[in-house]
Amino acid sequence: MKQLVVISGKGGTGKTTIVAALAALAGGKVMADCDVDAADLHLVMDPRVGKTEGFQGSKEAVLDKGKCIECGVCRKNCRFEAIYEDFHIDPFRCEGCGVCAYLCPVNAIAMKPRVSGYVHTSSTRFGTLVHGQLEPGEGTSGKLVTLVKQRAMELARLEGRDLVIIDGSPGIGCPVIASLSGATAVLVVTEPTLSGIHDLERVLGVAFHFRTRPSICINKYDLNKAMTQQIEQFAAEQRLEVIGRIPYDERVTEAMVQGKSVIEYSDSPVTREIRQIWTRLSEALELEVPQG
Amino acid sequence: MNNDGLILTVTAGKGGTGKTTVATALALSLQGGYPVQFLDLDVEEPDAHILLKPKIEEREPVYVKRPKVDEERCDYCGECARRCEYNAIAVIGKRIIIYDELCHGCGLCHWVCPKDAISEFDVEMGIVERGTAQGFEYLQGALTIGEPLATPIIQRLKEKIDPEKIAILDSPPGTGCPVIEAMQGSDFVLLVTEPTPFGLHDLKLTVDVAKTLGLKMGVVINRDGVGDRGVEDYCREENLPILLRIPMDRRIAVAYSNGVPFVLEMPEWKEQFIQLYKEVLKTVTRARV
Repeated sequence: MKQLVVISGKGGTGKTTIVAALAALAGGKVMADCDVDAADLHLVMDPRVGKTEGFQGSKEAVLDKGKCIECGVCRKNCRFEAIYEDFHIDPFRCEGCGVCAYLCPVNAIAMKPRVSGYVHTSSTRFGTLVHGQLEPGEGTSGKLVTLVKQRAMELARLEGRDLVIIDGSPGIGCPVIASLSGATAVLVVTEPTLSGIHDLERVLGVAFHFRTRPSICINKYDLNKAMTQQIEQFAAEQRLEVIGRIPYDERVTEAMVQGKSVIEYSDSPVTREIRQIWTRLSEALELEVPQG
Repeated sequence: MNNDGLILTVTAGKGGTGKTTVATALALSLQGGYPVQFLDLDVEEPDAHILLKPKIEEREPVYVKRPKVDEERCDYCGECARRCEYNAIAVIGKRIIIYDELCHGCGLCHWVCPKDAISEFDVEMGIVERGTAQGFEYLQGALTIGEPLATPIIQRLKEKIDPEKIAILDSPPGTGCPVIEAMQGSDFVLLVTEPTPFGLHDLKLTVDVAKTLGLKMGVVINRDGVGDRGVEDYCREENLPILLRIPMDRRIAVAYSNGVPFVLEMPEWKEQFIQLYKEVLKTVTRARV
């Protein structure tokens, strides 16, 4: 089973738009939306949700004020500063590690499971989509990413698919690390801005840390051609391949408004470039029947 | 209340909608007339320095604890691995593996080890920096590559908020733990979005989070003119004030791509950001009275 992971470091570079286009070109793969903070892929995929399961992220420390003797051992040893002076436990800060419950001399703290989100399995016109959804204010996104990927892999195996296409999350922290684990190929989508370059360098650092060699795609490359050149030079220094340069085109937003992938919406320089990216990726992934 | 400080967090559910553009423009517009402090809390991908070009004067490392197993004492019972909530320790036969990228540094393994074989040591997981940019105090943090937890760095940064100033916080995107850590305790949250289905969907998520936290909020629509009317309609239904609209303008996009804050190239915008601040202040003052 192969995994193509699409990440970006910086948000808003067009990652999800490209994943939707790749899904349309690939046809009949399994898609996993691992941007669980702000999962948008389903807006283009128009999924019919088949199955929803609750997701238990971290546990939560709950203090019984009746039993508490206010000795302060829990507060002193909580590394997440989640227990306040008045022994109120902040549920947003609590990482559910269980140190407080373990150390409490009078057993006043219990670790309770909490439903932090959901995993949906849906059918779409491009194939099966697994997408996660966090409850507002819940924060164990890394664990949810892992569960979404696990479900996607199981389904791909069951359906006899050779590839899972993964829409990763922005940033370089916990959810991105979880998205990257087990990747066969990684595509980084960047944009020709100073911030784009800066974030690209950091996210590549994470990708290298986990021993992957990503390909790079420069979206809206014509917005600033000097910056595009800088990215290409940087990629060459890192011996990474730039496998696509996608021009800026308002039809990309128009397609999104219509709930379509850009491939279905128009035939344009944008779609021609994405087709080429897909060809290159399927070669790199050594898929049995290269499509595109 | 004129001398009281204010914590104003600029955030967005969707990345790349213009959070940093708005936060830096606001700081630059207020600078001169108001006491400003700027904090870049997007410690995974800190970008505000690209626009504000600060001079960093102090650096302070942020540490996290990591377990270390004394193989002399360890009898490979596996209690640590069973109790770890993050699956960060595996005991396979007579081998112990600690996965740094999963470890939250909570210390539970150290406490539960029956042989007292686990000690802890400090690892630098990030850095907090302080300096000045364009005449105001500037703070930023950076998460070390490969480390999973951004929140401790955000906590360190927020401890440095000056209660006498208008603290402008540039938040990370999304709705996860780092964003919640960034938003908590804010007097006002400015939600930057774009008028597209993705923008709307992620705006709704952030609004839900801000409501859960009981925060006051207003919306800035960036790239106004692209997309559809979904965001406008939603804001009306939810009674969310739209405090500013920034049109889709290639000049703004190009300035940003070159690391130039657009209010420096188009100074006529400064007055609009000052007006925005005055609107925010009215809401906050009303709430405080």
